[in-house]
This record gives sequence, C-alpha cells and structure tokens, in this order.
Amino acid sequence: MIAAMLSEAWVAMGANRLRTFLTMLGMVIGVSAVILMLAIGQGAQQRVQASIASMGSNLFIILSGSVTSGGVRMGGGATPTLTLADAQALEELPSVVAVAPTSPGTAQIVYGSNNWSTQVSGTTPGFLIVRDWPLSSGAVFTESDIRSATRVALLGQTVATNLFGDEDPVGKTIRIKNSPYLVLGLLSAKGQSLDGRDQDDTVVVPVTTAQRKLFGSQFGGAVRFIMVQAESDEAMPAVERSMNELLRQRHRIREGADNDFSVRNLTALANTAAETAQVMSLMLGAIASVSLLVGGIGIMNIMLVSVTERTREIGIRMAIGARSRDILLQFLLEAIIISVIGCMIGVVLGVGGALLVGRFADMPVLITITPILMAFAVAASVGVFFGYYPARKAASMRPIDALRFQ
Amino acid sequence: MSSPPVIQIEHLFKEYQTDAGAVPVLKDVSLTVMPGEFVAIMGPSGSGKSTFMNILGCLDIPTSGSYLLNSRDVGKQSPDELAGLRNQVIGFVFQGFNLLPRASLEDNIALPLIYRGVERRERLARANEMLEKVGLGGYQRSHPNQISGGQQQRVAIARALVSRPKLILADEPTGNLDTHTSQEIMALFSELNERDGITVVLVTHENDIAAGARRLVRLADGRIVYDGKMSDAPPHVEMTP
Repeated sequence: MIAAMLSEAWVAMGANRLRTFLTMLGMVIGVSAVILMLAIGQGAQQRVQASIASMGSNLFIILSGSVTSGGVRMGGGATPTLTLADAQALEELPSVVAVAPTSPGTAQIVYGSNNWSTQVSGTTPGFLIVRDWPLSSGAVFTESDIRSATRVALLGQTVATNLFGDEDPVGKTIRIKNSPYLVLGLLSAKGQSLDGRDQDDTVVVPVTTAQRKLFGSQFGGAVRFIMVQAESDEAMPAVERSMNELLRQRHRIREGADNDFSVRNLTALANTAAETAQVMSLMLGAIASVSLLVGGIGIMNIMLVSVTERTREIGIRMAIGARSRDILLQFLLEAIIISVIGCMIGVVLGVGGALLVGRFADMPVLITITPILMAFAVAASVGVFFGYYPARKAASMRPIDALRFQ
Repeated sequence: MSSPPVIQIEHLFKEYQTDAGAVPVLKDVSLTVMPGEFVAIMGPSGSGKSTFMNILGCLDIPTSGSYLLNSRDVGKQSPDELAGLRNQVIGFVFQGFNLLPRASLEDNIALPLIYRGVERRERLARANEMLEKVGLGGYQRSHPNQISGGQQQRVAIARALVSRPKLILADEPTGNLDTHTSQEIMALFSELNERDGITVVLVTHENDIAAGARRLVRLADGRIVYDGKMSDAPPHVEMTP
C-alpha cells in the first residue's frame, strides 16, 4: 500500500517537474543555509575555545601601577610597583597553583647569519605551568638560574624556525643584545592568541636575567605583571580577595586609598569571548532556520494549489473506494518526499559549501553530525507540519463535491 | 427469489438546502433491484436521476428513507465503510470517463485494488485481464490521451470491473460518444450482464441506449412514474403528470 502510494506520489511530482523543483529549492536553501551557518559558527567557536585553552586556565594577571602623580593618573603598568618578592608571597597563598612574575621586552636575536626581532619575556619556571605550555624538547631553567641570572633561554617555535630553520636549537648559543645565551629548551607550538598574535613568536629567559642584563630596571626586582593560576574556577573569587589583601598589605596602602596594582580575571574575559562566539553561532543558526521555515511555507503553498488542481482526481479516487486517510496519506507523502529529498540535497550542498568556505575563505569551519541530523529532523517535520493542512483539506472533501469540481 | 436484492430502497427522500430553503429533489422513491437485472433509469433534466444515481453509488446520502445495498444499510455506514462499499460492491462508469490522465491504462484500472491492499503483481495481472476483457489487450502502457473516447470508456468499464463488483452503476456512459461507439459500449454492458451475471443500472436520456436494458425506470419531478419491462414501456412518455 505504502509502496503503491510512494510510486503514485513520484508520478504526481514528476508530472510538474519545474514546480516540484522550485518547491524543493526552498527546502534545499533552508537546509544548506542552516548547515553552512552552523559550520561557520561552530568553527569560530572552536577557534575561540582553542585560543582560550592556549592561554591557560583559571588565570589572573596582576598589572602594576596606576599611580596618581600631581593629579595625573597614569595607566596600568606605568609604574613598576610589583616585585619578585610580591610574586613569591603570592605563591604562598592557599589555592594558588603557580605564579609567573614577568618582565617583557623586545630584542633583536642573532644566530649565525640569521637575526630576528621578537618579544623576550623574563619570567620563572612557573610561567610554563600558568600558560599550560610544555616544552617540546630540552629543559626548563631552574631556580638557581634565576638566583644567579644566568644567560639561558627557551625559544618559541616561530623564533626557532626563523633562526635555525630545520636545525635543532637546543644546546646552541644565540646572541641577544650581543650577549651569548644558551638555548636550554624549545617550547611547543601554541598557535594564535585570542587577538590573533602569534604566541610562538617569543623567547623566555629567567626574570632576573631580563631585569639585570637585558632591559635593566630603575627599581630593583620590579616586574611588569604577575600571572597567577588558581586551583579551580570555584577558588578564583577567594584567591582574588586574598591577593588584593596581601598586596595592599605589602604595598602599605592605607584604608580607602586606591590600589597601585590591578587584578584582571582573564578567565572571565575568555568566557565572555566564548559566550559571544556561541551567541553568534546561535544567531547564524536562527537566521538560517528562518529560511527553513520559509521553505516549509513554500511547500504548504504549492500543496494547497495542488490539492485544488487535483480536486477532480480526489473525487475519482474517492468514488472508486479511497478512504479519507488514503487521500490524506497520499498528499502527506508527497510533502514529505519533497522535503526529505530537498533536505538531502541541502545537506550535500551545505556540507560542500562549508568545505569550500573552509578551504578558500580562510574561515574556520566545523562540520558536526548534530546539525545535519537536526536539519533532517526539522525538514521532515516541516514537511509533515506544512503538508498536513493541505492533505487534511483534500481528505475532508465530500466525494460528490470533488467529483463535480470542474 | 433465493438471493436477496442488490438494491432495496424504500420511501427515499432527498432535499438540498439552498438560500431559498429546502428544495426537494427525490420524493418518496422506492425501488428494488434483484441480482442479474439490467435497469435503465430515464427522465428529463431536473427529474432527479443524477441525484438518485449519486445516492445509489453511496456518494451522497438521502435525507430520509432506507437504502439497503447488498443487504447493508447504507445510512448506518461510516464514511470509511461507504468507501469500502464503493470499492468492493459497486463499479462506477461515468459520462466523462474520469480516468487519471497521468497514469497508464493498467495503473488506472488497478487503482481500486490499491485501496484494497492488493499487492502489485496481482493488481497488474488483474488489470491486464480486464483490459483483455474489454478488448484493449496490449494497450496497458498507453495513457488515456493516446486512445479514443470509446476506448477510454472501455478502460473505465475495466476499472469498474476489476474489483469484481456485484453492481455496475453507469451515469450517462455514452453521453460523450458517437452512435456507433455507444452501441458497442451497450453491447459490452449486455455481455457483462448476461454472461457474468453482473447487475447493471444505467442512467441515460437516449431511448435507443435505454432499449439495451431489460427494465425501465422512468423518473419525473423526483418520483418514479414508470417501472416495468422495457418492452411494455409506453412510447414517448417524456412528461407524465
């Protein structure tokens, strides 16, 4: 019975190919739009999440200085108020996993006939923990390197490639500002940061080496910022409170006076970015869903016309013994076939389009099975939903009226 | 009189509701048709013969009165049961043939069997058997617009026959055909009636077509004014008071 009805639906659809195609087109565009948009949205979301993960988790960054001098308020980091001693004290706080006092600067680096300008960060081994950034080869410098400010360095992948090419940099000596530095280790690849910077374009040296030998510092032991990693997301508010207390106490800031440092919760910032990406993804999906809905309305429109046109046929069928539900099923099947075939074409076009965008538009796309299944389920229900009313209209005709229709 | 009547109608009334009030179309019609009869229903336009035919065919329901079709009370059947009666007890033949233009002849003929759940192989076998029977063997893959009117009506008759009905209802079956073809179609009805014992009721307004039947029922103004043997019918009785 169903097989017979399917073949009849096929014949009916074949009888007006252009119309069937145009009806289907609504569905095709709707489904492919949903799949393409979700692939782009999820791709963006994935990129943001990867960047966040590369930044390190549960991270605070404490910037030194906003001091007021003669009524002029300086920006964050204007005065180096944070010291290595502050960092050591912060490390003692409960729920703090690692601390990385950092003094960054820019320097020209030379190896052999190659040279390269990059960011040099003076920091402690805690940096690699805080940033969740393991070495790909070699070893980290130690506390004793920091105490004695030895000239050793860890290279980021980009720097290594630019200076050494295919050569293994570990154990080689590079020159930073004309002083020789021994390359102890090679950092693993990290990729782009949230703002698109190449994180691998960096060199890490002991913080004391940076302070005393590379950039110098007006105030001994001062650092630009301190990165602090908390034990867990839940511990972050408590850690933030205790850090504030500790630093105010250490910097002898009176009750009611402004902090001479500022604490930023990077995780919260990152979460906002992730949420933004997710909202964008949802919006794209929602906009595309509208076209799916429009496609469904198109099906209903054509089915209504078709029912009117075929009133006499319905009458004939009823006269020779079709029950209401046979007629209902026949028209419903036509709507479902149109929407399902349209959906299949839409999936192919959507996935194909997403692959093309991913390859040629340099946009991250992520094709997952869920939106495809969802689009399919929605398309089928759209077919049933928008096909039902016209089918019901056909099925509820009185045979005598349908037969008389000219 | 061993078997029960195919059609047993008693005191049937039918009126249509219009803006001007109820318009009576059939007034106290009673008719009994036994298996194997060949009945022609005649009457001028407006005499109610089309309405009567629609009620006989379970396409329309009477306002009052009883109608037993094959011993089943039509008035008490659900719409689905009525569809079943149309499918299995009655075979319809229309003036305008009413074939599905997009379907092949064999698919047209097999259509009633789809609604009976007969599987495809048997459907097509029976459709082709019927096509042979009406003299159109070999035309199974043709479409209705490729054959003549007379041939289309033969296909329609084959479709009516395919579900092996007890009763064939033909509403002006020759109305769209020329005289020669009309005679051929009437000969086919006679053959079905005599050889296969199928009860035939046909509506016509042409005397020479009606002459092929053995019993004549004449309607005028919603009432039966003559019911008897064709051979005994008074000639030219068009408007009896």
